[in-house]
Amino acid sequence: MAILKDELEQSSPSVPSSLTQPPEIKLPGRKTPLLSAEELAELDQHDALVIDHVSKHFVKSGGMRLFRRGDAQKHGHKIVRAVDDITLTIHRREIMGVLGSNGSGKSTLIRLISTLLIPDKGTVEVFGHNVVTEERAVQRLINRVSVEAAFFRKLSPLENLLYSARLYGIPAGEARQQVFEILTRLGIKPDRIRQPLENMSRGMQQKVAIARAFLTAPILLLLDEPTTGLDPRSKQDVQVFVRELRDTHDATILLTTHDMDEAEALCDRIAIIDGGRIVALDTADALKRRVAEQQGLDREATLTEVFMTYTGRDWEEDEAEEEDDDE
Amino acid sequence: MIETKSAGGPLVGMIRSVGREANKSYAFVERGWYLTKRYWAWELVWIVYNVVNALSITFIATVPSVHLTPAQVNQFILYLAIGTAVWTYVSVVFDNVTETVTMERWEGTIEYTFMAPVSRLTHMLGTCLFALLHGLLLTALQLVVLGLFFHLDLSQANWGMTLVILLTGSISLIGLGTVSAVLPMLFTERGAQMAYIIRAVMLLVSGVYYPVTVLPGWLQAFSKVTPTTYMLDGLRQSIQGVPVHNVQQPATISMLWPDIWPLLICGVVLIPLGQYIFHLAERYAKRTGKLKRNG
Ligand SMILES: Nc1ncnc2c1ncn2[C@@H]1O[C@H](COP(=O)(O)OP(=O)(O)OP(=O)(O)O)[C@@H](O)[C@H]1O
Ligand SMILES: [Mg+2]
Repeated sequence: MAILKDELEQSSPSVPSSLTQPPEIKLPGRKTPLLSAEELAELDQHDALVIDHVSKHFVKSGGMRLFRRGDAQKHGHKIVRAVDDITLTIHRREIMGVLGSNGSGKSTLIRLISTLLIPDKGTVEVFGHNVVTEERAVQRLINRVSVEAAFFRKLSPLENLLYSARLYGIPAGEARQQVFEILTRLGIKPDRIRQPLENMSRGMQQKVAIARAFLTAPILLLLDEPTTGLDPRSKQDVQVFVRELRDTHDATILLTTHDMDEAEALCDRIAIIDGGRIVALDTADALKRRVAEQQGLDREATLTEVFMTYTGRDWEEDEAEEEDDDE
Repeated sequence: MIETKSAGGPLVGMIRSVGREANKSYAFVERGWYLTKRYWAWELVWIVYNVVNALSITFIATVPSVHLTPAQVNQFILYLAIGTAVWTYVSVVFDNVTETVTMERWEGTIEYTFMAPVSRLTHMLGTCLFALLHGLLLTALQLVVLGLFFHLDLSQANWGMTLVILLTGSISLIGLGTVSAVLPMLFTERGAQMAYIIRAVMLLVSGVYYPVTVLPGWLQAFSKVTPTTYMLDGLRQSIQGVPVHNVQQPATISMLWPDIWPLLICGVVLIPLGQYIFHLAERYAKRTGKLKRNG
């Protein structure tokens, strides 16, 4: 893990230094601030997100399988180390990308931050508030978009979003206006906003999910594959929105994606996780240079190559693994 | 437009934060209303089911019998009508609460509800409040239909006291509703059905269709700690009146006090207890990853 430590240290200078601007948490049309002046002032004294040696495992009852190694496995249980000793700091106004193969623990990490999972070990702090002991304080600062758009499908986007808005203390009138504003910007026609969500395409539902998060103007936004399933134009719209939220509302963003272009376009820094561990952390450029050097390329490596290198999913290795399994 | 914490002193601050929580509670009421509107066909099925059920039970009172005077038959009709009404009320409240949680589990919205800066008390108060209003409306409708079929003798009713019993009883229902919400939260597949058990036991012991005195002694012990027992007894007395020297008289508060104080105690105990159980279940779910949609 010496490499990891190096990388962590190296990455610090590349953080954007625009952290001192006075905050004003208002989306266009937002009249009611969600945070008081004192609370806003306090935010400045902390990093947006401090994850300190966090681990999370799950027990999967994998049916009755005999002849397996290990204690827990004896009873047909399998332990999955979804997040394994992750340490990561995200600074205010930073957009941090998290890349990793399927099942590498990205969504679990995001759930740990969003108070939906309690870590086994370690601590997570959002602007100095512990996610376990100061749950409510954290919840006021964050919102999350997950890859599956979770809604009451029989209800309309408007009804779904008004419900969320009220939970965050946004008055209904104001929320209604903003719902229309945000959704039309994302290319949803006004008449669809009042019709049941179940009739919308997956991508359109995903846009409503994105609107739900933007509606509350979170100061830490957790995006778990937000643009999966969106067409290229919509992807771009979302990216513009994300940048805007950072630039005009001083939001900090944690983004997971399988879209390398998106990661490159948006992220100030990129963390690559594999098997629940951070295996690389730096700016996209630095990562590309490092991989090019490692592999002796005479050109800059692509982010896909970086991904492949650090997640160990080269075709050759995959094949080797399969052979191992056969033995 | 930046809000300061101290503006207007602590009292104003407190009133404001209560107002904010009330607004958040309303989110659940409004959502319940939206869902009911969209699932109107279900609503219809539910209404018809409850009304038919109530009718079929109340007809038992009209079975010809040489032992009952016509006045006593009318009393028996009212006795069963109130029993079925309270039963509908309790069922609708429980079903509503468990169904919204079940739906939240299936749709995955539960993660978003649990992520929101809302206290679980506000969450459950809001959810139960809608369920109570919903239950009240359906029950009233059912009583109106029953009134078309039977002569309901309401001459001795004390409506003020009826309201008092209904409200104090509903406090306990919020507590019990919170507990029953735990089941679908932890058991996506069969949680709602498991909540039927709580209801079935209440049906057995709280004297919905018969006086609890007909139960064996050990079951009567359960009756004593079940709030619906007092709710049913209180409602019957306040609507049917109380016999004084063999003549039905409207019930007074002192006559109803033996039902009111146990209801108040049940409410005071059950709301925090429900919160505590929900809190434990939520922690467990967050430790084991049970909130996630697909396992
Ligand atoms: N709630 C849960 N219960 C049990 N196991 C879980 C749970 N959540 C995640 N896991 C397991 O933890 C591991 C990491 O899952 P996670 O969803 O965090 O991966 P991911 O990086 O988001 O993958 P993807 O790119 O496919 O979204 C997987 O093996 C997954 O099966
Ligand atoms: Mg994921």
